[in-house]
Amino acid sequence: MSAVAVRDLTVDLDRTSILHGVSCEAGSGGWLALIGPNGAGKTTLLRAVAGLVPYRGEVLLDGVGTGSLSGRDRARLIAYVPQEPVLPPDMTVAEYVLLGRTPYIRFLGGPGRSDREAADRAAGRLGVARFSGRRLASLSGGERKRVVLARALAQEPKVMLLDEPTASLDIGHQQQVLDLIDELRTTGGLTVLSTLHDLTTAGQYASQLMLLHEGRIEAAGTAAEVLTEERIGRVYAAHVCVTTGADGTIVTPLRERG
Amino acid sequence: MNASPRRTVAAYLIAAAFLVAAMGVSALVGAADLNPWAILSALLHLPSSLDPLDRAVLFQIRLPRIVLGAMVGGLLAVAGAGYQGVFRNPLVDSGMLGASAGAGLGATIAIVYLPGIGPAAVPVAAFAGSLGGVAVAYLAGTAGGPGTATLLLAGVAVSMFLTAVQTYVQQRSASDLQQVYSWLLGSLSGATWQQALEILPYSAVSVAIVLLHGRQLDVLSVGDDEARTLGVHPGRIRLIVIAACALAAASAVAVSGLIGFVGIVVPHIVRRLAGTSYQLVLPLSFLAGAGFLVLADTLARTVLSPAELPIGVVTALVGSPVFIWILRSTRSVRT
Repeated sequence: MSAVAVRDLTVDLDRTSILHGVSCEAGSGGWLALIGPNGAGKTTLLRAVAGLVPYRGEVLLDGVGTGSLSGRDRARLIAYVPQEPVLPPDMTVAEYVLLGRTPYIRFLGGPGRSDREAADRAAGRLGVARFSGRRLASLSGGERKRVVLARALAQEPKVMLLDEPTASLDIGHQQQVLDLIDELRTTGGLTVLSTLHDLTTAGQYASQLMLLHEGRIEAAGTAAEVLTEERIGRVYAAHVCVTTGADGTIVTPLRERG
Repeated sequence: MNASPRRTVAAYLIAAAFLVAAMGVSALVGAADLNPWAILSALLHLPSSLDPLDRAVLFQIRLPRIVLGAMVGGLLAVAGAGYQGVFRNPLVDSGMLGASAGAGLGATIAIVYLPGIGPAAVPVAAFAGSLGGVAVAYLAGTAGGPGTATLLLAGVAVSMFLTAVQTYVQQRSASDLQQVYSWLLGSLSGATWQQALEILPYSAVSVAIVLLHGRQLDVLSVGDDEARTLGVHPGRIRLIVIAACALAAASAVAVSGLIGFVGIVVPHIVRRLAGTSYQLVLPLSFLAGAGFLVLADTLARTVLSPAELPIGVVTALVGSPVFIWILRSTRSVRT
């Protein structure tokens, strides 16, 4: 049984159809990367799974529909990291990571010892514990990403939804963040659903790719199956060269000559 | 959760000491020269050298005014801090959501059209007008969908409309101008124990509700989307906290008239000193706001003695420069 399954998902926003009957799934510990040109519906698919936009169809976790879950119950199962998270500038790293425990804290209660421990564990795993007293405004781009991931991990979710986790990071920090995510899923049994704009890294890290185009599935499968020159050329209107080697399927943009 | 427990305790002690000191100064200063030891022993029901007249000044004039001022200051500061949490914007205050303009209209109508009922009608009308102003702004601002910027802009539009109506009503009756203006500028002169008792239930309920939502407001600070994926209902929290803040501000306005800037200045200074978690900012703002207004009122009744300066003038004189300072030091303002 898949950890996450999306069945026949259709989303209309402002009377515009964004997703048309999309189905996909990811097994426990899997990483499904959503790729596709801008406006293909990748972010909307993540937001629908997170329960942030109304949809028709089904989102199943371990075979159980999420439609009837309360916000709190859903938050204990699914964590969502938007492309540009709002980071209150004066909040400290420790305070921010502890917010991930919100779905476990009773309305009139405060965070208990188990909450602080879970937050500390998450901060430790992402290597942000040593600057836990710093204000969010003082962090670098790479540190911010790790802090936001620690907040999501503190939710102890089964599924993590990551919208462009490497956006605005340099190539070294991209690899660092992707390696961290990979480690979380392979050692922690976390299932990852992410959008990734870089096709080569998507193929290198994700176990499955799904190419969306104008709200429909264009192709799904392994990197070798999905990333073909003809398909990328057509869907993205791009000129690329695809090579396969020891490091996976490499998509190289070509400068058009002519 | 922001600071260490020791720093949190220190913040509470400082705020409480500030309030006690402000009350002490206010009890001592005034037209009648009362001896500090005599005041203290009178308060402790010990034999005191106060003569009956001094005793009346202390218990029937100064003390009710101090207590009422503290309540009003605490209410305004908590309402301001609550609104700032809801709107994720440190510059928001009750006045921007139609509360002050609504209260102004209510009070003006009572003064102009209900002179027979007398001053008793003014606080009730101000209270109703304040709640009505916020309700209209809320309904107008959420009709187009969620979002804090829309709500704030609707508040500004509703305020301008209500102020226009208020000015129209006021200009129709030139004979009431002075009474209307003195109410609009705020004052605690003539404060009574009765007034303090009348607003006590509303104050207690509204402050308790706002304080209980401190942690939720901290969660809201990461934005509506993420708050929702953390299992929180931003719309519901916003409605509850706005309603409670409106009730708090309306209670204050009913007995004091319009007093500006307390809701912006006090929470800002608290944030500077104690951190930004609303679990701390809200209760500390109550204490500091109470102390601030007691001090401001002491100034208001002494600088032009025997005449009185409207307390709203004092808070505006202090508050406007601080507001500019906040504007210049705020890194990014999100609405």
